[in-house]
Amino acid sequence: MSITEILFCVFSAVLVTAAIGVITARNPVHAALFLVFAFFNSAVLWLLLEAEFLAIVLVLVYVGAVMVLFLFVVMMLDVNVAQMREGFTRYAPLGLLIAALVVFEIGSVVWVKHLGSDTAAAAVAATAEGYSNTRELGKVLYTKYLYPFELAAVLLLVAIVAAITLTMRHRAGLKAQDVGAQVAVRAQDRIRVVKMAAVQPEPPSEPVKPETEHKP
Amino acid sequence: MIPLEWILLLSGGLFSLSVAGIFLNRKNVILLLMCIELMLLAVNFNFVAFARQLGDLQGQIFVFFIMTVAAAESAIGLAILVVLFRERSSINVEHLDTMKG
Repeated sequence: MSITEILFCVFSAVLVTAAIGVITARNPVHAALFLVFAFFNSAVLWLLLEAEFLAIVLVLVYVGAVMVLFLFVVMMLDVNVAQMREGFTRYAPLGLLIAALVVFEIGSVVWVKHLGSDTAAAAVAATAEGYSNTRELGKVLYTKYLYPFELAAVLLLVAIVAAITLTMRHRAGLKAQDVGAQVAVRAQDRIRVVKMAAVQPEPPSEPVKPETEHKP
Repeated sequence: MIPLEWILLLSGGLFSLSVAGIFLNRKNVILLLMCIELMLLAVNFNFVAFARQLGDLQGQIFVFFIMTVAAAESAIGLAILVVLFRERSSINVEHLDTMKG
């Protein structure tokens, strides 16, 4: 067994343990942290599988953005954990049965494939000196997959707009600046010109006496 | 040199664990979303493994796009969750029976 295989076994074991932690954690915050741990282990495994760029993206995007978002939401919502947990043991046998079934199916497929032929076992060409996974990925991504790449960017934009529109709310009595209303305002909304007849003030008939003379 | 079968078994195990998680935590929408993320990770493992096995980078491109879609999905899902909690003060799936489904 080479060192790569030993590392793969170790990190796979940790990854599966973290996944079990995700689905059985009592507290949603703990589940989210277990998921972060699982993503880190997956990134290491992807490094072993020579997908260096994707491993870094997994850490940056998932751990850095998506899981932080999850943690924010978990901590923001006041979730009654005990009420959520009821029925956990009731559904446990069914869940484990389904899981065992899926493992059996995938395992049998892999086993049959292993028996059948060696077509998939073509030797992986050793990467040359100075090979950069990121550069090769970029070459394919920006030429052959340029339009899907642009579509993905548009998809992210749509997701941003949708998420902001969904969560934005207008509370009554909130004193906030409405730029659109400010720009759209017209002069006649603000100033009212009143026409009045000109009235000449009457000249005072006699000068007002100073008040100081009434002093005792 | 890691055999392909090991990676496929690992990803299958991860996928089935997340399926079991969906059954176990079927009341908590946040945990359901987390299990879906775990499922997508398991699928991505297959893509990465075959991209290496066949010496073809297109598998990794697919992982890239899956990650994009997953990020958008979780952002919108969590936004819906926040709105839901604001309206109903609960994210229990059993309370979401307005549509009589």
